[in-house]
Amino acid sequence: MVDFVFGHYAYWFTIILLAIGLYGMLIKDNLVKKTIGLSIFQTGVILFFVSVATKWDATVPVKSDEFPVTEVANYMNPLPHTLMLTAIVVGVATLGVAFALLITIYNRYETLNEQELLEKIQ
Amino acid sequence: MELTFVPLYAVIVSLAAVPFILLSSNKPNLREFWTILAGVVKFLLVLTLVPTALEGRTVELTLFEIAPNLPIELHADPFGVFFAIIASGLWIFTSFYSIGYMRGHKEKKQTRYFASFAVCLSSTIGIAFSGNLLTFLLFYEMLTIATYPLVIHSENEEAIRAGRKYLAYTLTAGLLLIAAVGITYSLTGTLEFRPGGIFGDVDLSNTMAVSLFLLYLGGVGVKAGIMPIHSWLPSAMAAPTPVSALLHAVAVVKSGVFGIIRVVHYVFGPKVMGNFGLNEILIVIAGFTIIVASLLAFAQDNLKRRLAYSTVGHLSYIVLGAALLTPLGLTGSIMHISAHATMKITLFFCAGAIMVNLHKKNISDLNGIAKVMPWTMGAFVIGSMGLAGIPPINGFVSKWFLGAGVLEGGMMLPLIILIISGLLNVGYFFPIIHRAYFKKGGKELEGHTEASPFMVVPIVITATASVIFGMFPDLFFHFFELASNIAETVFNTL
Amino acid sequence: MIGSDIPALIPITFLAFAILIPLLGLWKRQLSYYWAVLGAAIATAFSALGFYNYVTGTETIRYFFGGWEPPIGIEFVYDGLSGFIVLVINAIALFVLIHSRMIGKTQFPGKVTGYYSVTMLLMLGFNGIVLTGDLFNLYVFLEISSLASYALIGIGEKRAPYAAFRYLIIGTVGGSLYLLGVGFLYTITGTLNIIDMTAMLPEVISNSAVITALVLMVTGIGVKAALFPLHGWLPDSYTYASSTSSALIAPIGTKVAAYVLLRVVLYLFGVDIIDTAIPITEIIGVLAGVGILYGSIMAIAQSELKKMLAYSSVSQIGYIIMGISLANPFGFIGAVLHVLNHALMKACLFLVAGNLRLKEGHSDITKFDESYRKKYPWTMLAFTTAALSMVGLPPLAGFFSKWYLALGTIENGSWLLLAVILLSSLLNAVYFFRILEKVYLRNPESDEDKASILSSLRSNEVKPSMLWTTSVIAVGILAVGLLNAFIVSAIVTMFPAGL
Repeated sequence: MVDFVFGHYAYWFTIILLAIGLYGMLIKDNLVKKTIGLSIFQTGVILFFVSVATKWDATVPVKSDEFPVTEVANYMNPLPHTLMLTAIVVGVATLGVAFALLITIYNRYETLNEQELLEKIQ
Repeated sequence: MELTFVPLYAVIVSLAAVPFILLSSNKPNLREFWTILAGVVKFLLVLTLVPTALEGRTVELTLFEIAPNLPIELHADPFGVFFAIIASGLWIFTSFYSIGYMRGHKEKKQTRYFASFAVCLSSTIGIAFSGNLLTFLLFYEMLTIATYPLVIHSENEEAIRAGRKYLAYTLTAGLLLIAAVGITYSLTGTLEFRPGGIFGDVDLSNTMAVSLFLLYLGGVGVKAGIMPIHSWLPSAMAAPTPVSALLHAVAVVKSGVFGIIRVVHYVFGPKVMGNFGLNEILIVIAGFTIIVASLLAFAQDNLKRRLAYSTVGHLSYIVLGAALLTPLGLTGSIMHISAHATMKITLFFCAGAIMVNLHKKNISDLNGIAKVMPWTMGAFVIGSMGLAGIPPINGFVSKWFLGAGVLEGGMMLPLIILIISGLLNVGYFFPIIHRAYFKKGGKELEGHTEASPFMVVPIVITATASVIFGMFPDLFFHFFELASNIAETVFNTL
Repeated sequence: MIGSDIPALIPITFLAFAILIPLLGLWKRQLSYYWAVLGAAIATAFSALGFYNYVTGTETIRYFFGGWEPPIGIEFVYDGLSGFIVLVINAIALFVLIHSRMIGKTQFPGKVTGYYSVTMLLMLGFNGIVLTGDLFNLYVFLEISSLASYALIGIGEKRAPYAAFRYLIIGTVGGSLYLLGVGFLYTITGTLNIIDMTAMLPEVISNSAVITALVLMVTGIGVKAALFPLHGWLPDSYTYASSTSSALIAPIGTKVAAYVLLRVVLYLFGVDIIDTAIPITEIIGVLAGVGILYGSIMAIAQSELKKMLAYSSVSQIGYIIMGISLANPFGFIGAVLHVLNHALMKACLFLVAGNLRLKEGHSDITKFDESYRKKYPWTMLAFTTAALSMVGLPPLAGFFSKWYLALGTIENGSWLLLAVILLSSLLNAVYFFRILEKVYLRNPESDEDKASILSSLRSNEVKPSMLWTTSVIAVGILAVGLLNAFIVSAIVTMFPAGL
């Protein structure tokens, strides 16, 4: 049991981040905080990818004399990291669109609180 | 002569008339000319198919595959030709009558009326010539939609409500039919109409057979007005009288009973019907409908509604005949399609003529009208006596065969039903005749004469036809020969 | 020659125009519309050529970007199914874009350049999703199209930005869940290429990580496809977006997501192993069934045409997903055919709503009456055609997808789903005939209207560019219905292995 908890500690962080993100999106009234929650949620996924690609006693797959590597297994898989670069870009773009929408909402309703907003919409 | 394409032409001709009808909407005479022209051409086309049908052959035309292995095909088999003769023949009379009625009544939107009418007729002929269930389904739904504008024609509250009711019933029925057809396809791999049925080699469980049959019954039974799913039919009497006459005495409801006979004898087949006791279900339903509808007819004061309930009852005669599963029963059933058509259309025409001419809708107001409208009421007497089964009118002939079919099958219950309902028929028609002939009319009748010849001539012709076909069932169209041929084919393939 | 490059050419066309339009917009802003139409036309031409090649016998095209072969490189796969979907979505987009000129001029006059540039990005995303052979690449295209949708929906009525924001939150969570699922699959199989992974999955299917991945991916895609109960974002988004946006996104957006679901369920996993651990197809099927009924019932309750159509979309997407969940040949045909049919019907209906909004300023069903038929005879005829097709009356297109879906449920013995299909047709009939009855029968209430009808019996139709696009799609509904045997015989060649 202890092994299970500590052996997978990286995944627990992922789960905690996803939970915090969901909490922010579901519970918070302020739309900016919802957006922050969204961002945390995405970060959780990114962390997951990065954590599954880490490896003890391994290095980046670059040939270098400072870190002589004899076995291929001692290189890390670079693909998940590069994938996450793209995912981060997607996340940034999402934030950009989200903020653009929030600015429009604020200009029209002069509030970013969801409850007030819903009342004004009615 | 090459006949292959005749069924297609017969279906299309009235559809082709629609654009002409729409384009000449400002010239009523030209518009009605197209209607009549299409009607006559259609009738002649159907007549050219009669000789082949008499030989028992089928003119087959596969148009194209609408889905892999499921072609749209037209089969002008004897039964289809039989139905097509009646529908297209009576359309001509209805067209003339419509002209008189619509103009006499100063109805609005006559163009829409005549256009929808033409589409209805195409669908009906399509139903008659459908070679498989999918084609049948296609035309069946087309008929549903094309009839809707006719039902709501007067656009008042009552008509719109009737229209909704009509759609609710018929669209639901269409869906049940889709389900039934789908299940049939997955069980048999074919949807063709075959005399004697397509379920011969299929292992059916009892539940499956009964539920499939009930789905079919729900699908085609709505239009056939079997109880308890008949109630759209009396409501739909809100439509103009020619619509009631042609559609609710000939095209729509007869498409329903036509469908039932197709299902019973061409999809299930008498053998499968008998094995699972499906015919008993049908006999009980039909018998119940005949008696209850006749009783309900008594309660109606509105003439058209009384006729509607009478229609419901008589449709179930046809269903009953099909359910007997005997050659004579089927012959009688098919004969009753034609007999009921000519008689009921006469009665509806009379009701419409009385309405346009005297503005009377209720039976209690009909005192003494026979003096004013002798021809109309004379025809009415013939029609109603025919429905009661009095010789020498054609209603007698079909009832005779129905009775013979019952005896052939050795069943008592249907015989009792037939006898009781004959008496009930006399019972609900006689008061009308009594009032018209033997009671003194009110003052409002003064100054009125017979209705316009556009209406009276079709009335007299259809009434005469009822008598002629009663005395000589094989005259002109060989109705009897066709009917007995059909019955023979169905039962010989067993 | 050009044939083998088609998988790349279609998305590149959209990408090029997405960049070109803002640049050319600096020169002449009003030309943006024409550039967008040109872009969509070129892409449609490529798609049509590609599908023609497929039908006349070319094999599946696997296009390796930069010459790197998978699993190292990224490939685009142009097989029958992706070719078919690409053709459908690009052709619909072309018509909607042609239709959009007046709406753009009146509803967002200052923003046309940006708007059309974003539509090109949207189409880039959709085409990329359909064509890509790589699961992560698919995620990127999914997000490109989603981001473009958020932006397009945000341009609309006053309430549009809030609807778009909600969509953004829900949609991004969906995308992230999908990505998480892909991560699980990657850790187990070590590949992201769909074809590669398909070969490996049978060996690892009982691994709990793979099961989790499947559930996560289905949930994520379910959000994007508006699978009940994940549809919450859809009604408001489609209702408050500008007419062009909803006409563009509604017919093809959720379809593309449904296509991804189809790829995942029937190709990536495949019918043989999909249900190994949990009966996922059954669950999807039940959800789809509930969604069909829920969408139809909610549609009846609406008095705003666009909102009604939006709920009807929830219901219709259920048909496609139900077809996938049946996992038999008839279900597959029904699902793929319904992608086409529903795209046509919904496009037509939303274009009609757009026409009405432009002319009348509203699309409130309670205000419809007979004058609409007099004023917009052709628009209303198109509406009637699409509505009857939605109800499922032969020989219109809608009947045939329902027919195949019904056969599929019968083959599986799922009587409940069969009942759902039939019942929902009836519900469709209720909400469409309600409108048709008003348009064809209801007398205008105010005297002013009555007078205007009597005096001006002439029609007051929309501009030809709007009218003919609406009409062509309406004719397309009839044509697809009559010619569906050809289409189905093409679909039959697309069956995934094991079906």
